Formats: sequence, C-alpha cells, structure tokens
Amino acid sequence: MDFVNAIILLLNYIFVPALAYGSQLALGAIFVTLVYGILRFANFATGDMMSFGTMFVILFTFYFQSVGISFGVLPTALLAIPFGIIFMVGYMLIIDKLVFKYYRINKSPPVQLAMVSIGVMFVTQAVVRIIIGPSDRRFFDGEKFLIKAGEFKEMTGLNEGLAIKSTQVITIIVTLILVSTLFWFLNKTKTGKSMRAYSDNEDLALLSGIDPKKIVMITWVIAGILATIGGALYGLDKSFKPFTYFNNMLPIFAAAIVGGIGNPFGAFLGGYVIAFSEILLTYAYRKFFMYVLPESMEPDGLIQLLSTDYKFAVSFSILVIVLLYRPSGIFKGKVL
Amino acid sequence: MRKNLNVIAAYSIMMGLITLVGIFQSWNIALSIFNLCLISAVMTMGANIQWGYAGLINFGIMGFTALGGLAAVLISVDPVQEAWSAGGFNILLSLFLIIAMVLAVRYILKNYKKSKNRTYIVAAIIILGIVIIRFISEPGIEAIEGVNPAKTGFLGGLGLPIIFSWVVGAFFAGGLAFVIGKVALGLRADYLAIATLLISEIVIAIIKHEDWLTRGVKNVIGLKRPAPYEVNLQQTDWFISLVEKFNSSKLNLITDLTERQATLNQLVIEGSSVFVKLCYSGLFLVVVVILLILTQKALYSPWGRMMRAIRDNEEAANAMGKNVVKQHLLIFVLGSAIVGIAGAMLVTQDGLFTPGSYRPLRYTFLIWVMVIIGGSGNNFGAILGGFVVWFLWIEAAPIGLYLVNLTTAGLDDTHFLKVHLIESVPYFRFLMMGVGLLVIMRYRPKGILPEKIEIK
Repeated sequence: MDFVNAIILLLNYIFVPALAYGSQLALGAIFVTLVYGILRFANFATGDMMSFGTMFVILFTFYFQSVGISFGVLPTALLAIPFGIIFMVGYMLIIDKLVFKYYRINKSPPVQLAMVSIGVMFVTQAVVRIIIGPSDRRFFDGEKFLIKAGEFKEMTGLNEGLAIKSTQVITIIVTLILVSTLFWFLNKTKTGKSMRAYSDNEDLALLSGIDPKKIVMITWVIAGILATIGGALYGLDKSFKPFTYFNNMLPIFAAAIVGGIGNPFGAFLGGYVIAFSEILLTYAYRKFFMYVLPESMEPDGLIQLLSTDYKFAVSFSILVIVLLYRPSGIFKGKVL
Repeated sequence: MRKNLNVIAAYSIMMGLITLVGIFQSWNIALSIFNLCLISAVMTMGANIQWGYAGLINFGIMGFTALGGLAAVLISVDPVQEAWSAGGFNILLSLFLIIAMVLAVRYILKNYKKSKNRTYIVAAIIILGIVIIRFISEPGIEAIEGVNPAKTGFLGGLGLPIIFSWVVGAFFAGGLAFVIGKVALGLRADYLAIATLLISEIVIAIIKHEDWLTRGVKNVIGLKRPAPYEVNLQQTDWFISLVEKFNSSKLNLITDLTERQATLNQLVIEGSSVFVKLCYSGLFLVVVVILLILTQKALYSPWGRMMRAIRDNEEAANAMGKNVVKQHLLIFVLGSAIVGIAGAMLVTQDGLFTPGSYRPLRYTFLIWVMVIIGGSGNNFGAILGGFVVWFLWIEAAPIGLYLVNLTTAGLDDTHFLKVHLIESVPYFRFLMMGVGLLVIMRYRPKGILPEKIEIK
C-alpha cells in the first residue's frame, strides 16, 4: 500500500504538473524552432507574441462572458481561441510585411534579424500593456477539477490524494491534437513537405519551383496558431501576466535548443525534458522516501536536490551542458 | 574639426536637452538623468567593444552588471563578525573544496585521453563534490542566515571604501566572462546570444537566492558613499556660504531677516542634493573619459585593426595567423569587465543593492538598443546612444502624456479611452524604444554616428 501511495504522490506532484507545463513549453518551442528553421532567425519576441495572442483570447473570453455565452463545464476561453488566432495571425503577417520582409529580401545576416526581433519585442510589449495593462489576470471559468484530491482518497482509500485540474487535461489533449496535426501536415502534405525542403536547402527548394512567399506566409500562420494556443493554455493553467510571458521565453528557448533547433519533433520533446528536469530536481522527496523506506531509515532532511528558487536555473544549466557536449541538440537539429 | 562636426553637433544637442530639463523641471532631475546617462555610457562602451569591435553578441550584460553590484556590496559593507564566527569556517572549507574539485576535474581532463571511463569519473567527482559541499555548507549557511536576519544575516564585506569596488567589479565580471567565453564562444552568433542570456539568468538566480552572500531579495541598503551626505553638507559652513554666494542676487531682494534665513535654508537643502549629484557626476565623468581614451587608443592600434579584421572576415584573419579564439576570449573578458565597472557604479550611486531589480529588459536589451541606435563600432556613437536612449526612457512618460492629451483633446476628461490611455502612459517608453530601434535598423543601420575607419 505504501508503494502505491508513493507512486500517487509522485504522479500528483511531479508527473501531472510537469506534463502540463511541458506541453505549454513544447508549443512555444515548436514556434521558436519553426521560425528559426524557415525564417532563419532567433525570435526574441517569442514570449511577447504569445502574450499578444493570449490577450485577444482574454478579450474575447470577457466579451463572451458578458453576453452570456459559455462552454458548459469547459472554459469559455476555448471558444475564444479561434478568434484570438485570427487577430494574432493578422498581427504577425503585418509585422512580417512591415519589418521582417525587408531584411529577408536583402538576405541580412541572422544576427540582424534577431536584433530586429528585439525591436518587435519592445513594440509588442508596449501594445499589450497599453491595451490590457500589466496586471495579473485570470480568465478561467467552468469546472476547475477533473478529480479532486479528497474524492480520490475516498474512492481508493489511499492516504495520498491525486488532484487533476481540468486545465491540465485540456492542455495535454489540445497539445497532442495540435502537435500530431502539425506533424501530419509537415510530413504528409505537399505544402508541409515544401516547407521542410525550404528549411533544409533554400536555393534548391527555390529551384524546384517552391514559392517562398507562400512558405513564409504559412509559417507565420502556423506560428500564430501555436503561439496563441500555447499562450492561452499557459494562461488558463496559471494566469496571464505580460511579464511572466516575457520570462517564459527563456525556458522555451532552452527547450528548443535542447531538442535541436530547427527540428520540430526535438522541440516537442525538449519541452518535456525541460519541464521534467525542472520539477524533478527541485522536488522535496522526503515524503516519497517515508513511504518507500522502512521506518528506521526515514530521512530527516527534505531530500531536495536544489531549492525551488533555482527552477529556472535548472533548465538553463541543462542547456549549457547540452551546448558543451552536443551543440546540435539531443535530436540533431541544425548544426550551429 | 570639420569631420567631427556631426559628433559635436549631436553631443551639444544632447547637452542642450538635459539643460532644458534642468531649467524647466529641476536641476535634481537633470543631474540624475545625466548620471545614469554616464553609467549607461560605460555599459554601452563595454557592449560596443564586444559587438562593434569584434562582432560578438553578449546578451548577458545583466549578469555582469549584477556582479559589479555584488562587488560593491562585498567591498564596502562592514564584515559581520558574528556571522563569520558562526559559519565562516564552513563557507571557507566549501570554497576550498570547490577549488579542489575544479582542479581535480581539470587534471583528469588534461592527463587522460577521452574515453567513457574518463567521462564517468568526471561526473562522479562532480556529483560527489556537490553532495559533500552541500553537507558542509548547509549548517554554515543556516548559522549565518540566523544571525540577526532582520539586519544582517549575511557575511558582510571587507569594509573598504566603495570606490575600490569599481575595480573589483571589473575583475568579477571579467572572471565570469572568462568562464562563459571558454564554454560558449565557439557557438554561432545567435546561439551565443541565447546562451549568454540564459547564463546571466543563472547568475541572477544565484545572487537572488544565496542569502548568506548577498542577503538576496532582502536587499542591502545604506551602502557607503564616495560623496558627502546631504545632511552633513547642510550643516557645513563653507557649503552654506557657497550657496549664499551663488544666490546672492536672489537673497538680496529679500529684506526681512527671518524670511531670508528660511529661503536660504530651502536653498541649502536643494543645493546639497544637487551638490552630491555633481560629485557623482564628476567621478563618473572621470571613468567615462579614461575608458573613452583607452578604447579610442585601442580602436586605432594594430590590435584594433586586427579585431576589425577578425570581425569582418574570420577565416581570412585566421589564415593570416591571428588567433581568433584567443582574441575573441580576450575581447569578451574586456568588454564584460567594463560592464562590471558600470554595475558597481550603479550600486554606488543608488546606495543600495537590490537583486530583484535586475531584469533582462532593462539591463540587457535596453543597453543593446543604446548601442545599435548610437552606432556600433564607434565609441562616441555608443556613448551618445546611452545618452539619447536613457534620456528618452526617462522623459518618455511626460512626452507620452503630452501626446495623449494632444490626440484626445476632443474627448471628455472622463471618457474611458482617455482615462485608459493616460493610465498606460508609462508603457509608451517601450513603444518608443521599439519603434526607434526598428526605424534606425531600417534606415540608418549603422546608427546615429556610424563607424568611421580612418587609416592613420
């Protein structure tokens, strides 16, 4: 029985949260990797673009709530996401036309594009703060828990409860659907294949008659979808605050690089690698060992490898280690 | 003279703007803008050495600034004797163990061929070392943090004058840059940018959470000053007579003696804070001028030419026998050290060290905006960038308010749009920076004062 308790403990505090957090990171990381692979620059505006999309989702959610539209037990935000995506994609295409296109056509070095993306970052940040303000916003409604800790205890008669938030389940399901569609699109359809070809070798792709304008546009559309959904899911699960979104850029970058930048599947797994290592290394295992070990060997300390303050530092340290030993990432992305 | 006309013009306009702030707002504000402009100028010089001279992207400026600030704390704060006796021994022992661990790893890496066993042994040493160090340091850290936690709770510093920390800060930042450079400089440009950005976050995380060293988010306040205190100045005779002399025409108009005394007191209070700020300005100006002379000399020396050659064509420079890796490392360390000086100066001016305030937007990206807008590769340009951007950063709110009032003049004062816009005036500075950066990058990619190569 103790053993089952220990497993439930780990599920509750490590596995489920890490899976949800990892999914959110994975969506962002695929966004970064797509932009890097096809448009060929490191997009420092990632976090703020995600907050921009989320902002529209929130505005539509508030609007729907005010006119009384709801989605039953599910959060209203799910209904608002498609509308958010429309605005987000429009914004990205405008930004591309006004800003990035010029440098792409002039074949500027990637560094210059990265600098330009910092300008976009400042502007996006300002727009978000001017429209919705810098404060913390929650926009979740509907049923909060799928399984409550207390109910679970009653049901199974165990000491440890397992609480699963509905946002966690939604996050994981939506991510799986979105990512499998994306991989199907990239691997099976003609447009997807031409995108991969363009990312692999631009000149050769152009020679074989691939239209670069179309590729770039589709990339921004997909990027907009990923950014909005990723941002909205994160906001639903935690809360929306422009500053946190800006900071989330850092673990997202770490995930993309750890997975091998330019490689969408690597970025997907990279998100989970970062999330699990962050949580595994900062969790206090004391209770776990209390269940598993006999009473005489019970530990006195917290058995915590690193204090939770170092959550972010963990993912960055992983990144540094990967950089040292395998600069192209775990799943062989572009060699940088 | 002729060819430097644009430089002189740009700087006079800048000085004119700051003077206008002095006349219309107050000299206090003008001087604090000027001081921070000078500090920003030091930071941009550091970033400019790396980016403008050698083409290295360093997005870790925040980390080096914070290390400079840490140096200011460790140098100037008086040592906390109780804490040292409570846990000093454990900390020193851990420090010794860390050094031993690093040396052992180095020894193994140098003397054994690459093999699986070697990797395992290195990993084992590191893991074992961390476990032992944690066991030794933990009671020490707890003891130190337990010593009067509301006031100290940390080891304190050396109790030296804070000016020394400017040099020490440079060494701290340079040391960290050496380690980072060894690890990350082989990477391609945008990869290096991300890596340095993340490493600087790690540095901040450590500074924020190692309370025994830095007091963490509890902040260190009341640092020593290189300048006199306002309160002391207000009671010094020579200062009062100085203020009297300066304002004699104004004071002579007042005939009533008590009223005259009250006005004088007011003037002395105002004057004292201006005087203190002027002291800082003088100190900072000395640093900026020294650094400017050194960097200018370096830029036009054979070494500077070599750096430009490496920047413009790495392979060719390599083929000519220049050691690209070594030079990159050198310039990375030098540039970061300058940023470290700026970090120490910043903490000196503020008189407090707040680890929570180090954010990448303010200390990394804003500095980059300064370098790009001012003109990378040109020291005068970089300094000008520091001035212009910092000035706009501070004055963006008043300008934004003016613009909002102008555009919404037709609306009622209680109209929700107007109220909302006036509330969000502080965020116009982000908009201004972003648009400024984008416009400069597009239409004047070399910055306001572009790089000029003169062959002497």
